[in-house]
Amino acid sequence: MLKATDECGARVSTGGAAMFPLSVDGLRFEDRGRVLLDGVTLALDGVRRTVVIGPNGAGKSLLLRVLHGLIRPTAGRVTWAGQPAAPELHARQALVFQRPTLLRRSALDNLVFVLGHLPRTERRDRARELLASAKLAHVAETPARLLSGGEQQRLAIARALARSPDVLFLDEPSASLDPASTHLIEEMILASHADGAKIILVTHDMGQARRISDDVVFMAAGRVAETADSATFFARPTSAEAKAYLAGHLVL
Amino acid sequence: MTDFSSIFSLALGLVASGDGELYSIIGLSLRVTLTAVAIGCVVGLPLGAFLAVVRFPGNAALTALLNAFMGLPPVVVGLAVYLMLSRAGPLGVLGLLYTPTAMIIAQAVLVTPLIAALARQSLADLHIEYDELFRSLGLSTRAKIATLIWDGRYSLTTAALAGFGRAIAEVGAVIIVGGNIEHVTRVMTTAIALETSKGDLALALALGLILISISLAVNAGVLGLNRTARRLAYA
Repeated sequence: MLKATDECGARVSTGGAAMFPLSVDGLRFEDRGRVLLDGVTLALDGVRRTVVIGPNGAGKSLLLRVLHGLIRPTAGRVTWAGQPAAPELHARQALVFQRPTLLRRSALDNLVFVLGHLPRTERRDRARELLASAKLAHVAETPARLLSGGEQQRLAIARALARSPDVLFLDEPSASLDPASTHLIEEMILASHADGAKIILVTHDMGQARRISDDVVFMAAGRVAETADSATFFARPTSAEAKAYLAGHLVL
Repeated sequence: MTDFSSIFSLALGLVASGDGELYSIIGLSLRVTLTAVAIGCVVGLPLGAFLAVVRFPGNAALTALLNAFMGLPPVVVGLAVYLMLSRAGPLGVLGLLYTPTAMIIAQAVLVTPLIAALARQSLADLHIEYDELFRSLGLSTRAKIATLIWDGRYSLTTAALAGFGRAIAEVGAVIIVGGNIEHVTRVMTTAIALETSKGDLALALALGLILISISLAVNAGVLGLNRTARRLAYA
């Protein structure tokens, strides 16, 4: 299933209803008395690459899971083009976890697994295409869990892209990977964006945040401290938290 | 001691001679037990996977029940199946009592809870690992169960093996519902019990040796399989 795109690279038709704007309103999440998300409110369009940054424990990964519908918030709403989350909207999203969960099968079969929507005869061919795009063609028959960390994460991204999602969530996809693997992963993310997917990326890597982001959402202590376009954010952060965070990283 | 060694060599001679009666007993034992374990797997593995995947109010109670049934006394299972299949019982019209089919039923009842309980344990661990991925992919319960069983296939061999070990070695259930009829329902364990009581220790010992050898061979096979699986990071 190929997707039609217009000249701007925006998706014209995926056969489904509009998903954007993605609105997050007063999101709150509590766990055993601790407030982990506190009044998160956001509006995201479907085109720009959004990067969520902030210190450890800021609630970035949690926010991603709530947006993707893996975790139900204590209070607040997530709506897609005004509609609440629904299975048909969920099916058009994919999430790449920080630590890839790969099935106990070959690399190829990990991809075949998510291609159930294709006719049986086409699945392996499509899986091989996806492997090639992740530069993994040479390890097609290798058990996925024997691949290197970088290869495993590329496989996980290829799997996320297998169903051509309209929204690609990534939770620190290149944490603990070497620069070459990180570069390959960023290429895949950008290619997916060029193919029309909305990118929402959580990262600690400021270099990656600068390379990927059109917009930055800066979180601290469960709150959105600042949202800005990338150039503005990195040149002139306005919130005290973001200034301190960026300064800390510059010192390092 | 000379007695024992002469019995032992007699037993080895029996095994080597290809004695027809001996081998028909072994064949029936394997047929009954393998069929029962196959039924136990077909029922027990999805049941175990279901309990590992789906949260529902009775889950904990059902799991506790299965765990308790892991240790069902074979004679009690034999008695229950006997009552079901006896002429006056609800399934009496089928005329299955004292047939290999009755023995298969009894052993299947014996091993299904064991296989289901062990499968639930190992698949629950796997499910913790896969849960977020499954939900991210929006898999149905059916697809989750199938995926867990396939990806847990090597660790599930251990559950099947436990079922095999329990079934091939038990005597209480098969002797009650099978009746230990020569050439019809006589299996290794019932024959050992009978021959020992008759004093034919050579045949009993020969059967015992074979029983242990089969268990060892099956265990070694499963061990080898699981080693391969670990090497491939599939276990």
